[in-house]
Amino acid sequence: MTQIGAIPHVATRWDFYDRWGAVKVRWYLGRFKYRVTPGIYAVGNPGRDSLVFVTGNYKLSFDHLRRALKGIDGWILVIETKGINVWCAAGKGTFGTKEVVRRIRIHHLDQLVDHRKIILPQLSAAGVAAHDVKKMTGFTVIYGPVLAEDIRAFLNAGLKATDDMRKITFPFVERLKLIPVDLFYGKYYLLIVPMVFIILSGLNRSGYSLDLVFENAGRTAVNLFSGYLAGCVLTPAILPWIPFRRFSAKGLVTVWLVAILLLFAGTLGRTLVENISWFLMMGGLSSFMAMNFTGSSTFTSLSGVQKEMKTALPVQIAMAALGIIGWIIARFL
Amino acid sequence: MNGFVYLTDVVTLELDAAKCNGCRMCMVVCPHDVFGIEAKKAVILHRDFCMECGACAKNCSEGAITVKSGVGCAAGIINGLLRGTEPTCDCGEGSNCC
Repeated sequence: MTQIGAIPHVATRWDFYDRWGAVKVRWYLGRFKYRVTPGIYAVGNPGRDSLVFVTGNYKLSFDHLRRALKGIDGWILVIETKGINVWCAAGKGTFGTKEVVRRIRIHHLDQLVDHRKIILPQLSAAGVAAHDVKKMTGFTVIYGPVLAEDIRAFLNAGLKATDDMRKITFPFVERLKLIPVDLFYGKYYLLIVPMVFIILSGLNRSGYSLDLVFENAGRTAVNLFSGYLAGCVLTPAILPWIPFRRFSAKGLVTVWLVAILLLFAGTLGRTLVENISWFLMMGGLSSFMAMNFTGSSTFTSLSGVQKEMKTALPVQIAMAALGIIGWIIARFL
Repeated sequence: MNGFVYLTDVVTLELDAAKCNGCRMCMVVCPHDVFGIEAKKAVILHRDFCMECGACAKNCSEGAITVKSGVGCAAGIINGLLRGTEPTCDCGEGSNCC
């Protein structure tokens, strides 16, 4: 028991359900219901001098924090971010000054601990004004490292995050983790669009041929999915190594390389017009999907994305439209 | 870092050095190493690294930094265009973004 009542105790090890849950949400499953009840939790054997770590109520955020606190006695204050991760919630303001202040008050943090310090993840700074929290509650906000896994080093350094701990990077493995969610961007169109193309592929000069449909089905599906995957899997994976800064241009480079491979493999088109049409359609598709990855990246600015989209979006639409027209014309050549 | 620099000369970040009190909070909260300090005042060292997250402006007690912050996300911008609002990823109930 503490001054403010009984406080749930949490483990610093992930069990099977934590691990399975982490895999599931990366694949889009139940992402928005993966939540922890806001409130105070105990890790180890905390007392009145123990540090307070604040995080959002997306369970994956909470799990990373408690795992990083292995062997440390501390308190975790979970605030309500509607199941959204720290950075996105801060950007939206849900992980914000108001909610931090509100949680400090309703959970009587001032009665739980004697000190007046709270440690926030650095990436919450976009939503929290440290000086305002101090003014309103008396608690000093100390921004910790970007990654929970650096907390131990941060504590050992006397609550100082090194420059490296403060910088957000975007290494290969992190990019891969974000790919599955974008894979499902197309939702049911992923089935409908290939079906429509396959059905239309039966058209020819003498009417409609089911034989043609069967002949074209595999090729059509391969080309369409190659365009999609080049944009939302391959481009993110090799992002920094593709020339050009615009994501839309990167997506175009990648998919055209893929299309050239398909051309040599003989699965692209049967005529020059159809081949060009595939280059256009796949180009527009991949370019759009790659541009979409700006939302997952850690370094694109709003002004930059707006500038990029102003030219890229019309080009992508034109490419797709011309490609579709050309592809239909190719049926009758 | 080079593979991770986005478009140049676009960000809206502004620093009014006259208002700066040298507290270094901007350096602390910036995830992209944009700021430095010279003669006890903050300076913008790497403007093009800025992703307009707004953490520096939010945590500047003197109001010396301004930036039009928002989601650097194509889906969010399209979302905003469709609804006639500011770019938003709107991660409310049942939505499906970041």
